[in-house]
Amino acid sequence: MSARPREPVAPYFIGWAVLLLLLGLSVLSAYEPIGPYLHPIANFGIALTQAAIMYILFMRLRGRPTLKWIFAGAGFLWLIFLFGLGAVDYLTRKGFPLR
Amino acid sequence: MPSARTLRPGMQYADLEQQSETAQLGMWLFLATEVLFFGSLIFAYTVYRSAYGHQFQLAGHDSFILLGSVNQAILVTSSLTMVLALRAARAGEQRALVWLLCATAALGLAFLGVKGYEYARDAASHALPAIDFVFKPGYRAPAEMFWTFYLISTGLHALHLSIGIVLVLIFAVRAARGAFSPAYDGPLEVVGLYWSFVDTVWFFLFACIYPLGRVMT
Repeated sequence: MSARPREPVAPYFIGWAVLLLLLGLSVLSAYEPIGPYLHPIANFGIALTQAAIMYILFMRLRGRPTLKWIFAGAGFLWLIFLFGLGAVDYLTRKGFPLR
Repeated sequence: MPSARTLRPGMQYADLEQQSETAQLGMWLFLATEVLFFGSLIFAYTVYRSAYGHQFQLAGHDSFILLGSVNQAILVTSSLTMVLALRAARAGEQRALVWLLCATAALGLAFLGVKGYEYARDAASHALPAIDFVFKPGYRAPAEMFWTFYLISTGLHALHLSIGIVLVLIFAVRAARGAFSPAYDGPLEVVGLYWSFVDTVWFFLFACIYPLGRVMT
């Protein structure tokens, strides 16, 4: 059994600490009166940043072939279509939301 | 199926590395379908939150942000132990690999424990639609919609995590029996992708549920 060169462990611990820091930021921002529009932007912005760290570092996309990035990004591309086409209906429908 | 002992790839692959890369691409493709699976739930949430923001805030205020945060910290730590397990496999450290996989599964179980406690607290405050739901002062129908989203999305997430725990435990047993080596760690990579993806889903569910209504706007 021949072992491959040892990977540095520091990036994973740094990534873990940053993820926890972002969790703290998310909780703190929830209690800040930053307005009805900035709250969801802050919460989902933090979640997206956390997801990017998870994908690139913990799911090891860093330094991987382009094909793997395409596969990893495909779901999000289709998600944009889902949100875009779905929103067209709700944004143009008369009588929604019901009051 | 190759093993660390035989180290022969399946007949359709040139070598073990190609086999591992193919398996990983297959998992990424599956995860793309999972993005759409949870994404459609979050889309429905977005539509109704934008339509009934005040009611969603009222309901979100009654969720337990401390328990949700503890659970997120547990999941983030489990992703760390999982990636360290993969590192141990590549370094040929079998003992560390087994222990790190067990730690990952234990953290997954800890998450389910906290979630179970949270569901019990939700049940005590009659916030489980279709099971036991009572309209609190100020609540109207969309508040129940929020709690329905909460129950379905966190329940589906817990189901995914449970599958992950079973997989990780199976792989821990296989690792203890010497099934993996630095030359053959492809299946571990695949289960690692699944595990970290399920953790990633929690980031978005957390953003949907827990910060809501802490400051009423």
